[in-house]
Amino acid sequence: MEGIILPLKKRNYNTYGGNHLMTVIKMSAAQIARKVVENQPLFILDVRNTESYEEWKIEGRNFEYLNIPYFELLDGVNEILPKLPTDKEVLVVCAKEGSSLMVAEMVSDAGRDVFYLEGGMKSWSSHLEPIKLGELTSGGEIYQFVRLGKGCLSYMIISEGEAAIIDAVRFTDVFTNFAKERNVSIKHVFDTHLHADHISGGRLIAEETGATYYLPPKDADDVLFDFAPLEDGLTLKIGASKIEVGALYSPGHTIGSTSFIVDSTYLLTGDILFIDSIGRPDLAGVAEDWVGDLRETLYHRYRELAEDLIVLPAHFMIVKELNEDGTVAKRLGDLFKENHGLNMESEEEFYNTVTVNLPPQPNAYVQIRRVNMGKITPNNDEQTEMEIGPNRCAVR
Amino acid sequence: MESAQVLDAKGLSCPMPIIRTKKEIDKLNSGEILEVHVTDKGALADMPAWANAAGHVILNQKEEAEVLTFLIRKG
Repeated sequence: MEGIILPLKKRNYNTYGGNHLMTVIKMSAAQIARKVVENQPLFILDVRNTESYEEWKIEGRNFEYLNIPYFELLDGVNEILPKLPTDKEVLVVCAKEGSSLMVAEMVSDAGRDVFYLEGGMKSWSSHLEPIKLGELTSGGEIYQFVRLGKGCLSYMIISEGEAAIIDAVRFTDVFTNFAKERNVSIKHVFDTHLHADHISGGRLIAEETGATYYLPPKDADDVLFDFAPLEDGLTLKIGASKIEVGALYSPGHTIGSTSFIVDSTYLLTGDILFIDSIGRPDLAGVAEDWVGDLRETLYHRYRELAEDLIVLPAHFMIVKELNEDGTVAKRLGDLFKENHGLNMESEEEFYNTVTVNLPPQPNAYVQIRRVNMGKITPNNDEQTEMEIGPNRCAVR
Repeated sequence: MESAQVLDAKGLSCPMPIIRTKKEIDKLNSGEILEVHVTDKGALADMPAWANAAGHVILNQKEEAEVLTFLIRKG
């Protein structure tokens, strides 16, 4: 077991029979995130019910899986032992931790080394991995916050003591602490659109820090709080230097969807354009109305931009979209060549792709939109429940 | 319909509701009925999936004031 960071944990877990003192090893979401990013191998024994597993699991390029619900293992794990490899780490995963700990202890009791996921899929869904994307003019920096479990991407731009945040997820303390550690004050907080797959942390961060919260007014007809209008051509400077954040109206996923060009180098596309897919126009219920806007944005507005811009989307769907360093970023010109969604000559094919046979909608997306409008304020557990599952914002 | 037994698994979190339910069901004869009260939301999907895999039948389930009630007939 050398080379692994192991807080060895002993527990007296005798509620289901026996009085054994067993040893199992916990693995945190952060440790798994490193394995995903570094393409390490891992064998995942997922003990959630099959429906939950098939809908959403921990994705890694070199991960292998076995799904056996914990309630089929109550009489013992002997039958599955032959299926568990001995030449790689075995991680037991469940929704909240309890069942994975039980199964891990049974496996450990049978004489195998085994890990369990601390906090379960709930914790995996919440983990944010900040990764530096690059340097900006005059010593500025841009960071991507990768939420691997949910496929959400948030951004922070830092320059000369000031910061701007784009598409923050709801774990506001991750962003505010990150800013504190770097001794910068958060001045501007943007959402590229009214999100339907996850709860935005933008408004709360702005309230906590005194920053201005911007939202596209066309997405905000029904919101119950004050915001600054994010409109086409809005340009802001971060810090005293020349780092510019410019807004580009780019409707289609929602009618208000707005992109950003940062320091003439990065194009933040929100949910309009992803690495291997494009945005879906139906999550506000009016796909047919917005298809034309989506086509216009992807095939005309973006075509007018410099091909060397680095596209930074608000989501990824599959681990294949991650770069070697764990970031999700690609040159716009490359996407014009490689992204199928940008290469549909026929308007009819495009129309059918984005309106017919769409993937299922994200979990609780109607409720999530209501939270982001300020209409309902669920507690933390309820928010976690709403966000369970993949983001499903794209069509391929 | 009279329940043969009532199991209060309120406040317990996964996997305990199913472990307790299984323990109680094991004491019953085939065809007898157990009523289980649970607050862990995970039971919503897991209890029917477990019952199905174990050959028991969920006769009725309801949710009232955050409490899930399952009526399970032993298979």
